[in-house]
Amino acid sequence: MSNQAPLLEMKNIKKSFFGNQVLEDINLTLGEGEVLGLVGENGAGKSTLMKLLFGMTEIRDTGGYEGDVLINGEKVSFNSPFDALAAGIGMVHQEFSLIPGFTATENILLNREPQRKSVASEIFGDRLDTLDRKEMDRRAEDAIEKMGVHIEGDMVISDMPVGHKQFTEIARELSKEQLRLLILDEPTAVLTEREAQALLDSIRGMSKRGIAVIFITHRLQEILDVCDKIVVMRDGVLIKDVPAAETSIPEITRWMVGRNVSGAGNAHREPPETPTVMSIRRLWVDMPGETVRDVNLEVRQGEILGIGGLAGQGKLGIPNGIMGLYPAGGTVTLDGQEIPLNNPRKCLDCQLAFVSEHRRGVGLLMDESLEWNVAFPAMQVHDRFLKPLLGGLIKWRDEKAIREVTDRYIEELQIKCTSTKQKAKELSGGNQQKVCLAKAFALEPKFLFVSEPTRGIDVGAKALVMEALEKLNRESGITIVMISSELEELRQICDRIAIVSGGRIAGILPATEPSEAFGELMVSSVV
Amino acid sequence: MNENKPSASKRALNFLGNNAVPIMFIIIIAICIPIAGFSPTFLLNEIVTRLSRNAFLILSLLIPIMAGMGLNFGMTLGAMAAEIALILTSDWQIWGIPGIVLAMIMSIPISALLGLICGRILNAAKGREMITSYIISFFMNGVYQLVVLYMMGSIIPIVHTNIKLPRGYGVRASVDLTRIRKCLDNVWSINIAGVKVPLLTLLIIALMCLVIVWFRRTKLGQDMRAVGQDMDVARAAGIDVEGTRIISIVISTVLAGIGMVIYLQNMGDMATYSSHSQIGMFCIAALLVGGASVDRASIGNVFLGVILFHTMFILAPSAGAVIAGNEVIGEYFRVFVSYGVITVALVMYETKKRRAKAGMGAQLAAAQQEGDKR
Amino acid sequence: MSEYINESNRTLLDRVKGKLKEFGLPRLIITAFLLLMFIIAPFTGANFWTQITNVINRFSWNAVLVLAMVPMVHSGCGLNFGLPVGIIAGLLGATLSIEWGFTGPMSFVMAILIATPFALVFGLAYGWLLNKIKGGEMMIATYVGFSVVSFFCMMWLVLPYKKPDMAWGFEGTGLRTTFPIDKYYGGVLANFLRIQIGRLVIPTGALLFFALLALAMWAFLHTKTGTAMTAVGSNATFARAAGINVDRIRMLSVVMSTWLAAVGILVYEQGFGFVQLYNAPFYMALPAVSAILIGGASANKASITNVIIGTILFQGMVTMTPTVMNGLINLDISEVLRVIVSNGMILYALTRKSEAVR
Repeated sequence: MSNQAPLLEMKNIKKSFFGNQVLEDINLTLGEGEVLGLVGENGAGKSTLMKLLFGMTEIRDTGGYEGDVLINGEKVSFNSPFDALAAGIGMVHQEFSLIPGFTATENILLNREPQRKSVASEIFGDRLDTLDRKEMDRRAEDAIEKMGVHIEGDMVISDMPVGHKQFTEIARELSKEQLRLLILDEPTAVLTEREAQALLDSIRGMSKRGIAVIFITHRLQEILDVCDKIVVMRDGVLIKDVPAAETSIPEITRWMVGRNVSGAGNAHREPPETPTVMSIRRLWVDMPGETVRDVNLEVRQGEILGIGGLAGQGKLGIPNGIMGLYPAGGTVTLDGQEIPLNNPRKCLDCQLAFVSEHRRGVGLLMDESLEWNVAFPAMQVHDRFLKPLLGGLIKWRDEKAIREVTDRYIEELQIKCTSTKQKAKELSGGNQQKVCLAKAFALEPKFLFVSEPTRGIDVGAKALVMEALEKLNRESGITIVMISSELEELRQICDRIAIVSGGRIAGILPATEPSEAFGELMVSSVV
Repeated sequence: MNENKPSASKRALNFLGNNAVPIMFIIIIAICIPIAGFSPTFLLNEIVTRLSRNAFLILSLLIPIMAGMGLNFGMTLGAMAAEIALILTSDWQIWGIPGIVLAMIMSIPISALLGLICGRILNAAKGREMITSYIISFFMNGVYQLVVLYMMGSIIPIVHTNIKLPRGYGVRASVDLTRIRKCLDNVWSINIAGVKVPLLTLLIIALMCLVIVWFRRTKLGQDMRAVGQDMDVARAAGIDVEGTRIISIVISTVLAGIGMVIYLQNMGDMATYSSHSQIGMFCIAALLVGGASVDRASIGNVFLGVILFHTMFILAPSAGAVIAGNEVIGEYFRVFVSYGVITVALVMYETKKRRAKAGMGAQLAAAQQEGDKR
Repeated sequence: MSEYINESNRTLLDRVKGKLKEFGLPRLIITAFLLLMFIIAPFTGANFWTQITNVINRFSWNAVLVLAMVPMVHSGCGLNFGLPVGIIAGLLGATLSIEWGFTGPMSFVMAILIATPFALVFGLAYGWLLNKIKGGEMMIATYVGFSVVSFFCMMWLVLPYKKPDMAWGFEGTGLRTTFPIDKYYGGVLANFLRIQIGRLVIPTGALLFFALLALAMWAFLHTKTGTAMTAVGSNATFARAAGINVDRIRMLSVVMSTWLAAVGILVYEQGFGFVQLYNAPFYMALPAVSAILIGGASANKASITNVIIGTILFQGMVTMTPTVMNGLINLDISEVLRVIVSNGMILYALTRKSEAVR
C-alpha cells in the first residue's frame, strides 16, 4: 500500500442521464481521516456523485459514467454497493434502511451476524448456523462505542426516536471492519440539536481513527464546524474546493446559488400592489417528507407568487395541503371566504386548481386517453362536456365537446401526440406535463397552484410551459402560485418569491432581489 | 414527549382489543359447555385427540408468517402430497409404523416440489400472497385430481382393487387406512384418569416446537424475519429475499405434508378428493382463534387455538341440537365461525396496517398548540 | 414510395403483434382450444347445432353473473370474489317470492323486486367494509362471501318457510338443498320468443334480458358518474384530486355488483330450472371471475366485450370438452380441466406485474 496516494481520488467524472449532463468534469481528492463537506442545492449533482461512488446499480443501468475513481491510487469500478462495501466505503442514506421489528444490535449486524456451527448446519448448509448472540452484542457494543454516541443495543427500532435510528445506521457502517470512508447523506436532518452536536463529535472521533467522512448537509454551520475542506457543487459542476478555515457561510451560499446572470430576475413589471386574494393562516400539513408547520402567507390578486426552498423543507406541502390531498389544519380564505381543508371538491368548487408535482401518481390517468385526462376534472366539478338526457336525469358524456376541448389544448400547448385518443402513458414527460396544465386550464380556475411544472422535462417543453403560465396570468389575470426547486425559474416568471425553510416561510422577497438573498433564506432554518 | 405511559385501564382495553378473538371463543365455549352436557372426561379425551391430530399441521403455518407471507393457504399442497404418499404405501401394503414413516418420507419430495412451485408463483405476486396461495390451492387441487383420478392405475401402477376404481384407473373416493389407524398414537399411550394420552405423537409435536424455537435462532430464521418485515432493507443488506421466501414456503409445505400423515393415521380413513380441501381453512381458523394475526403467530397461539377451536367444534352440534332442536345447525355454525374468524382476522390486519399510516397530523397540530403556549 | 410500403408493413405486423400481446397467451390458448373442439366435435358424433345450442344456453344462464364483475373492477375494488353476498340476496328474493305465493313470470319479477332491498343493504355493508380495507379487497371479499353463505346455511334451516315445494315436508324445519321451479320461473326468460331451427334452439328472452342489462351497464359507464367510476379504478388519487368522493363511488360499485349478482343468480336458476341453497353459492364466484379474465379483463379494466367473449369461451369450454373428450377417448377429464384452466387463469392475472399496483 502506497502511503503517498490519497484514500479517494475522483478524476474527470462525467455522467449523463438520457442525454442530460448531470455531472461535468468532477475532480476530487480525499485523504485518510479527512472530513469533506459537500454542499449544493438540490439537483446540483451531489446525490448522483455519491451514488456513483457507492456503486449504486441505477448508475450502471443508465449507461455508467466517464472518468476514474481511484482508491489508494488504484482504479476501481463498482458494480454494486456490495463491491463498494468490500472496498471500505460505507453510506448512510436519507431513508432509513432498518428492519423495524429488530433491535439496534440485530440491525447493526444485519446479514453479517456472527454464527456458530451446529450439527444441522453441517448437514444442511451455513444458513442453519445458530446466531452467536453474545458475540453480536459485543460487536454492536464495539461499534456503538466507536461512534461515541450511546444507544441501547437491545432497543427495538420501531420504539426508537428518529435520531437513534440514524445513529443505528451509522453504527452499522462503523461495525464493518474494513470501513475507511463513510458517506453521510444529510444525517442531521432528523436530529435534535443535541443529537446533531453528538454526531459532529462522533465525526471528529471517526476522523481521528483514520476514517474519512463525506458529509452532505444543508446546515452550513455544521459543515464549518466539523469539516476539513468544503466542496460546493452547482448544476453538476464542482464550483469550489476550499479548506473550511478559509471560508464563511455567506461565501458558501453565494457559491451555491450564484449564477452568472446577476440579478436579472423578472424585470418585466413591478409587483402589482393589488389586494390580497388568498390568505393562509397557521397552516400545518402532514405530507410525509414535506411537512409544513405554521405557515402564514398572503397571495395578491393577479400576481405570480413563487414558492421556493430546498427539498424536504415543506414547499410542496403547502399546495398539497390546501388542495386537500394531505391532512392539513389552519385557515385558508379565498376572497374573504374560508375554504374548508381536507376536501378537494370544495377547493375545486371555489375555482381553485392544482397541477401536482406528482405527474404519474396524481396528475394523470396514465391508462386513459388524453381526452379523459383533459376533460375529467372539469366534467366532474363544473358539469361541463355533458349532455343532459331525459330532462337532465342522465348526464351523458359529450364525446364531441371533449374532443374539441382536447384538440384546442393540444394546439395551444403544442402537445405532441398521435391523436386525442392516445393514452397518457405513451407521451413523453414534457407532453404529459402539458396535459396536466391543460387539465387545470380546462377547469377555468381563477386561482392556480402549479407544483414543480418543469421537473424532469426537456428545455423546449420547459420554455413552453413557462410561457403558457405567463400568458394565462397576463392575459386572463389569473393568480398563480408556482412552487419550484429551481430558483432561477422562479425568478424568471414570478413577481414575488417566498422561501420555505424548516416547514415555515423564511421570507418573501421581490423576484428582482439577487440570488444570494434567496440562498440565505433557504438555509436559514433548515431541518 | 413520549414519557407518558398508558394508564392501566388503557392497557386493559388494549389487551382486550388484541385478544378479542380468543376471548370471544372462551365466552362461546363457556356458554356451550353446560348446554351440550358432555362429561369432562369425554371432553378432555376429545380435546387431547384433536390436539395430537391437528397441532403439527398448524405448526406448519408459523414459518411463512415469520417470513411475512401471511397465512399460507397453500399448505393444502402439503396435504395433497401426503395423500399421494399414503395412497401409494397403502397399495404397496406397507402398514403400521413402517407405513407411516415411509409415507412421511415419500411426501417430502412431493411437498418440496409443490412448495417450490408455490413459492415461485408467490414471488411473482408480492403483496397479494394470501389470495394467490388460496387460488394456488384450488389450481393444484385440479392437478391433484388429474393425477389421482386419471394417472393412478394407468400410468402410476396401482394394484389393489380396494383402492382402484372398478373402471381400471383412478383411486376410489375413500381409501381405507384402518391398518395404520392410530399406530403412532398407540405407541406409549397412557391413560390418565380416563383420558387417553398418545405420548409419542405429543412428543413428536413437542419436538417440532423445539425445532421451530431453534429455527428462529438460526441465520436462516433471522433472515426470514428480516425479509418478512422489510424486503427492500433485507435486499439492500445482501439477503437473498426471493430465495428465502421460497425456502419458507417449501418448509411449510413439507411440514404440512408430515402433519397430514399424522392427521390421517389418527382418522384411519381418507376421503381422497376432499380431505385436503378443508384442512387449510380449519388449520388457519384454529391458529387465528389462538390469537395469532396475519403477521404474528407463536407456538402458544397454536396450542391455545387448537384447544379453543376444537372444543367449539365438539360442542357446537350438541349445543345446536339443544338450542335450535337441530344438530345440523351446530355443524353449520362451526363452519360459519371458522370463516367468520378468518374474516375478522383479515379485516383487523388490514385496518391496523392503515391506522399505522395515519396519526401524524394530530402530532403536528399538537406541536403547533404547544408552541402557542410557550 | 417503397419506403412508405415498408413502413406500413412494419406497423401492420407490429400492430398484429401488439394485439396478440394484449390478448395474452393464455387467452390465445383457450380460444385455439375451443376452436379445435368445435372442429373435432362433428367427428366424435356430436351434433354441431346441439353443441352450439348448449353453449348459447349456458351463456344465457351465466352472463349476468359475469357482468356483475364489471362495476367493481371499474372502481378499482378488484375482482369480486365476494359475489356470493349478492347471490344470497338473490336467493332470499327467490325463496320469499315463492313463499308468498307468486307463480309463473310474476314470481321472477317479484323475486327481483324482493331481492333488490336485500342487495342494497348487503351491498352497502359489504362496500363499507371494503372501503375500510383498501388494498386487501380480494382476500377479504372471498371470506366475507364465505361467512355470509355459511351464515345463511343456518338461516335456511331456521327461517319459517312453509311452502311445501321448498321446505322439508315432514318436520317443517328448513328449506331443501335443491328444489325445482317449473311452477314458478323456470325457463321464464328462455321460453320467451324462443326460436327453434332444427336442432338449434335460441333462448331469445334470456339473451335479450342480458342484452338489456349489458346495455344499461354500457350506458352507465358513459354517464358522469360512470366516468368517475372508471377514473377511480384507473387512478384513485387522480380522482380524489379532481374532487371525486372515492369511497362513495366504490360503495356504489359494490352495490351495483351485488345487485347484479342477485339478478344473475335468478337468471341462472330460470335457465337451470332449480334453486340451489346451502353450500351451492360457496364457489360461484370463481367461474365468474375466471370467465371475465378469460374474456380479456384485468384486475382493474373490464368491458362488456370482455364479459361476452369471456362467458362464451368459458362456457364453451365447459360444455364442449365433456362431449368431445368422451367421444374421442372415452375419458371425461373435463371437470378437472375446468378447475385447472379457470384457476390457472386467475393465477395468471394475479401474477401479472402491470396489474399489481393499486
